[in-house]
Amino acid sequence: MSPFFVILSKSKKTKDKKILKDQKEGYILDEYKVLSPTAILGYGFPESSFKEGLKRMPNVIAVDAGSTDPGPYYLGEGVSFTDRNAVKRDLEIILAGGLNHNIPILIGTAGGAGANDHLEWNLNIIKELAEEHNWHFKLAVIYSELDKKFVIDKFREGKISPLFPAPEINEKELQQTSRIVAQMGIEPLIKALDEGAQVILAGRCYDPAVFAADAVRKGYNTGLAVHMGKILECGAIAAEPGSGSDSAIGTLLPDGFIIEPLDPNRRCTVTSVAAHTLYEKTNPLKLPGPGGYLDLSKTNFTQHSKKSVKVTGTQFVPEDKYYVKLEGVKKIGCRTVSIAGCRDPIMIKQIDEILMAVRQRVKDNFKKQGYNYNLHFHIYGKNGVMGELEPEQTAAHELGIVIDVVADTQDTANTICSFTRSTLLHYGYPGRIATAGNLAFPYSPSDFKVGTVYEFSVHHLLELKDPIEIFPIKIMEV
Amino acid sequence: MEYIPLTKLAKVIRSKNAGPYELTFDIIFKEKSGYEKAVRSRVINEELISKLYQIKKEDIINIVYFPEALAVKITIVRPRPAGSLGETDVYGAQQHAPLLNIKIPY
Repeated sequence: MSPFFVILSKSKKTKDKKILKDQKEGYILDEYKVLSPTAILGYGFPESSFKEGLKRMPNVIAVDAGSTDPGPYYLGEGVSFTDRNAVKRDLEIILAGGLNHNIPILIGTAGGAGANDHLEWNLNIIKELAEEHNWHFKLAVIYSELDKKFVIDKFREGKISPLFPAPEINEKELQQTSRIVAQMGIEPLIKALDEGAQVILAGRCYDPAVFAADAVRKGYNTGLAVHMGKILECGAIAAEPGSGSDSAIGTLLPDGFIIEPLDPNRRCTVTSVAAHTLYEKTNPLKLPGPGGYLDLSKTNFTQHSKKSVKVTGTQFVPEDKYYVKLEGVKKIGCRTVSIAGCRDPIMIKQIDEILMAVRQRVKDNFKKQGYNYNLHFHIYGKNGVMGELEPEQTAAHELGIVIDVVADTQDTANTICSFTRSTLLHYGYPGRIATAGNLAFPYSPSDFKVGTVYEFSVHHLLELKDPIEIFPIKIMEV
Repeated sequence: MEYIPLTKLAKVIRSKNAGPYELTFDIIFKEKSGYEKAVRSRVINEELISKLYQIKKEDIINIVYFPEALAVKITIVRPRPAGSLGETDVYGAQQHAPLLNIKIPY
């Protein structure tokens, strides 16, 4: 699986010009470069860094466009957490660089969450840019949203299991799910490359997949290619100083890979790169992904040059069965919030009792209506950031209060939020001497209608027979 | 026995989601000597984490030492999946503060 020198077979048909040239000259392809412009498409990058990256003649340009970090809303609603103009700005530079130099471009987790609406949104931006610049190229779109009926059938077949610590799921909950995507591995991307796509717009991807697919396709070690992808998917975050809005380049060698930031003022150190391997992971020594896991127990990090680090020893351990991760969300209601402050020491001292009394008053007032709602107070200056994990029990001299209501309908959420706000504003707590009002509002209007609220409901593994079966590829000429 | 604040030995103390269902903490040390002090002291353990965050030991998924990065990694079950009702920190990036008070005996 891990040839020390990858000699490209002359019989292998490929449209990749660089490789054809290499073949003709009998060149031993022992170096493979991946350019990562930024941590998330739309987070930006200095053009100078990207240009520096192009100078190194990368084999592919790959960029991750998504994350579950911004929460369940974006998958549920089918919108991106990144801004359209910012994504267009990044893509304009990336596409121009890739198309002019004949370098394939892979975009993973399009539109932030990778469902069909997100792909459509991103495809639209690409088409707009192509029209503006008169660009023509072969584009592959890879879909990753799953039909609910398909997921339920798989559930019945026993092919779906929860990913710890997510709870078990039942059929009813799957029915209530608004949208489900599956994280593709490298295989659908390899297929799209085989079909000659110059640009690949992929739905939900295992983050390193877009960085590793072409390298694995060309015979490089899977463990090294995927580990390099894991680091590159965050742009220059693995450097010192780290940045999620700057570029980095990875160079795969037969026995390892080298990571280097492209801004002259950043450098990678052994600890910055090794530490990045910890980032957002449960266990840094065993990193699971589609089809197997990365074993880092024999990984070595060494300073390669002043600003680059070489990584060796990472191994990919394939598993008997091929699993992909599913992500799904369901709608839980609509939200209205109100933001206020409190500076009265007499009130702050008994804030818990006051909020409890207000909560009761709201409940009593709408007893007959039988509204279904969740009322939450975020108390900044006390435990607003950490909630039940907060060990400190002392409150600050002023408190920020967010009244947070989620109800079945927007109307009910508005009603409960408004009533809670007015009740708290004039609540007569014991010892009160500031009798004009208990809250300082920074805004008029004081209440904000947030809209639909979602919650993660599927965090499961799906067993596949074929890593490509659920990820249809559409090839088009742009 | 003398104590040295963890903030003197570490250059990074951070928290972040590891997916929507887990919260993970990284402590990355400046020097090998500081990392080794912390390892030897065995202060960063399940008892301490469950006390600092008022959670059950069963909710601690693992505590892993990673010498290559001079780092200790602690992962716990999120109080609720990211963004669910009652959420206070969707990205989980501001849950690290209790770790700043750790003192390492040497």
